[in-house]
Amino acid sequence: MTLRNQAFVVGAYEHHTRDATRIPLAQLHAEVAVGALADAGLTLSDVDGYFCAGDVAGWDAPGCGPFSMVEYLGLDLRHLDTTESWGSAYINHVSHAVQAIVAGKCRVALITQAGRPRAERLSPERMHAEQTQSAHEAQVELPYGPVVTNMYGMVAARHMYEHGTTPEQLAWIKVAASHHAQHNPNAMLRQVVTVEDVLASPMVATPLHRLDCCVISDGGGALVIVHPDVARALDRPMITPTGAGFTVKHLNGGYFDILESGGVKSGAEAFAEAGVRPEDIRYASIYDSFTITVLVQLENLGFCPVGQGGRFVADGNLIAGVGRLAINTDGGGLCSNHPGNRGGMTKLIEAVRQLRGEAHPAVQVPDCGLALVHGTGGQLASRHGSATLILERV
Amino acid sequence: MSGTTLPIAPEPTSETAEFWDAANEGRLLLKRCLGSGRAFHPPRRISPFTGRPETEWFEASGAGKIYAFSITQRCGAPHCIAYVKLAEGPIILSALTECDVSSVQIGEPVKVTFVPSASGQLLPMFTPISNEGQSGRGGAGLGHQGPATARFLDKRQMEGK
Repeated sequence: MTLRNQAFVVGAYEHHTRDATRIPLAQLHAEVAVGALADAGLTLSDVDGYFCAGDVAGWDAPGCGPFSMVEYLGLDLRHLDTTESWGSAYINHVSHAVQAIVAGKCRVALITQAGRPRAERLSPERMHAEQTQSAHEAQVELPYGPVVTNMYGMVAARHMYEHGTTPEQLAWIKVAASHHAQHNPNAMLRQVVTVEDVLASPMVATPLHRLDCCVISDGGGALVIVHPDVARALDRPMITPTGAGFTVKHLNGGYFDILESGGVKSGAEAFAEAGVRPEDIRYASIYDSFTITVLVQLENLGFCPVGQGGRFVADGNLIAGVGRLAINTDGGGLCSNHPGNRGGMTKLIEAVRQLRGEAHPAVQVPDCGLALVHGTGGQLASRHGSATLILERV
Repeated sequence: MSGTTLPIAPEPTSETAEFWDAANEGRLLLKRCLGSGRAFHPPRRISPFTGRPETEWFEASGAGKIYAFSITQRCGAPHCIAYVKLAEGPIILSALTECDVSSVQIGEPVKVTFVPSASGQLLPMFTPISNEGQSGRGGAGLGHQGPATARFLDKRQMEGK
């Protein structure tokens, strides 16, 4: 199946908040849903397909979660998809939405994402334990103290060992994010930082410093994907998914390469389906939970040869208007927003802004007609779900 | 984290009881897939390579090399998580102990050692072979100094500061 012109992204909305102490989780989902539908020129009564993941309120309670959210929004559905792959889920949902629209299962698909780890004061350590303790491998992993920081630290350490990548090269990824975030009034970290600033920040998990990490923020976002007939009746830019890929990467009984993420497969599949190559892409939204996340994914997606990521990201090559590939021009998870510790939705939204020409003028890629969105949900150093999506303005 | 700073105790299941019983005896067990002949980890009943239940336990040499590691600070002491590539093939998640974590290197040979968790259940961890005969056992670790962590002492601490 070719995805091109089968469905169109007509609505996108990112919540302005980064601290939702006074906003309950379900309300966050509702606010972004209404926002994205208003952006499209639609309302909740138009929605017949709803897509959400494990971040909806009440997810763990039988009979609640997605149903509760559907009731809150007053939706009258023909289609529900709750595919969970953590931060990459929403990127995967876009592909699922196109499939559902093509199959005639819905015409207006709504995807929501929201979270409030700041308001709930979630510690990464506690989250890791709570998320994994029922898994079969938990007993042979949790006693050793895996947390998100030291797991990504191991990826960075291995990349440095195998390829001679330096902390300075990793720091350039944060520097690029900060150059973009200075233009985003909602970004958590708007101050431009230097390589030296990153290296001078406290060590969190060797070899990663505090500024190699993304922000912890509250908020969320939503996207609306519709049938071509609906899209033509709306006066919005026509953005169509043209290629998508998804896979789950795991530890394979103990035989794995920590530097090879699922992006190798999901990226290749998406590029093949879209009929484009990495060198055709000038804007990409690349999941940036840590600086090393970006570097490994860029290699895995084919933006540079394996082992050359350090050289590729250095010297401003990821800064809009400066380098060969602009990424995360909203400031990304590293500086702007990583709502609910799930970065996939904000990645989609910034890609839509770029394709519409609605990014901040200082970071807008001229004539941006093609964008790639890629996410890693779960953990690069262990099991994770990789989703790649290619979007085109037609 | 709660009161204890020992590593949290594993909760064995019927698929893993042999693994944990052996650890308490100072032996590292692995599962082997009889269909493919390959060792695998984490242990489970069904082979991840063939999908078949023909698997067996065997005692690993306990030798391996550091594949990747990362040092964090926990409870005021350095904690060094590591992936260790075992001589038998699989890479397993563990931690380094009884060593100066500030000087460990990827690729360095390590051997298994056993360290108590909060319940007293021993956990397989790893220590650099080059460390042998330097630290002695008493310095390391876990449990020997009261409620101390995944207390991976650094060199300064091991030398009594």
